[in-house]
Amino acid sequence: MKKKTLLIIITIFVLFCFVVLLKGLSNSNTYVPNTKIGKQLLSFKAKKLLNNEEVISDELFFENKIYLLNLWASWCVPCRTEHHILMQLSSNPFVRIIGLNYKDDLTNAKKFINQMGNPYSEILIDNDGTISIELGAYGIPETFIIDKNKIILKKFVGPINDQSLKEIESLLK
Amino acid sequence: MKYLKFIILFIFCFFSFFANAENSNNELLNKISKNIRCLICQGQSVYDSQSDFAISMKLVIKKKLEEGSTESQIYEYLKNQYGEWITYDPEFNKNTFFLWLFPIFIFVVGVWLIIRKIKFYKL
Repeated sequence: MKKKTLLIIITIFVLFCFVVLLKGLSNSNTYVPNTKIGKQLLSFKAKKLLNNEEVISDELFFENKIYLLNLWASWCVPCRTEHHILMQLSSNPFVRIIGLNYKDDLTNAKKFINQMGNPYSEILIDNDGTISIELGAYGIPETFIIDKNKIILKKFVGPINDQSLKEIESLLK
Repeated sequence: MKYLKFIILFIFCFFSFFANAENSNNELLNKISKNIRCLICQGQSVYDSQSDFAISMKLVIKKKLEEGSTESQIYEYLKNQYGEWITYDPEFNKNTFFLWLFPIFIFVVGVWLIIRKIKFYKL
């Protein structure tokens, strides 16, 4: 009788472990921090790429528009793939795109903009990557969708694509 | 001569104080970065990694230490930015209670089994 009870307990335990591990398999092993959604964007100081003028980020988010804060670099290949979507979005009057150039050679960054087009209303520089860390980013490209109150509505990790474009357009409605 | 000795002693104390402060900041920087997960590396801490993310993260931690933030304030700040997963030391909450309590449960059951065995052999 005792042996039977022990066998049942062990079976239940093994089954429990099996279910927990099986459930774990279905989870994505890519960690995407989503803690910033719904929070206010941190205020930061940065220099502009084109005229080296220092600016406080708060001064950039004032119009009643949807803002895209796009982290990019000229050396980042996925940034090139998303660039045409940013160009497409830049023609939308309800959207303002602000670029944050991440750990880049400034000459290369300017060349990139000259060759591929400039979808950004402002381009800021993050020389050492500390602004990106303080924003809660961990790689590039990364795009924050922000309202005029500086609340982060959504965050896209990796290049934005047609699906992301639809999601951004749905936020504009 | 007496004053000169005093001045030399003062200069020595002054520099050793700052060198010591710098060392303790570096030690704390290393300690914190060992407890912070590099989010873009597989199984590496920020201390171990040389990725862009880790290098920038170390700079942020260094900046926070220089601003006078304490170790726990830095962990809280990073958890707020990246979520709790950023640290290697998970908090006790509804998602992690099993992780924390299960080893204790196993230990208690083990002790109980040992006591039972001892009693059994004594009898």
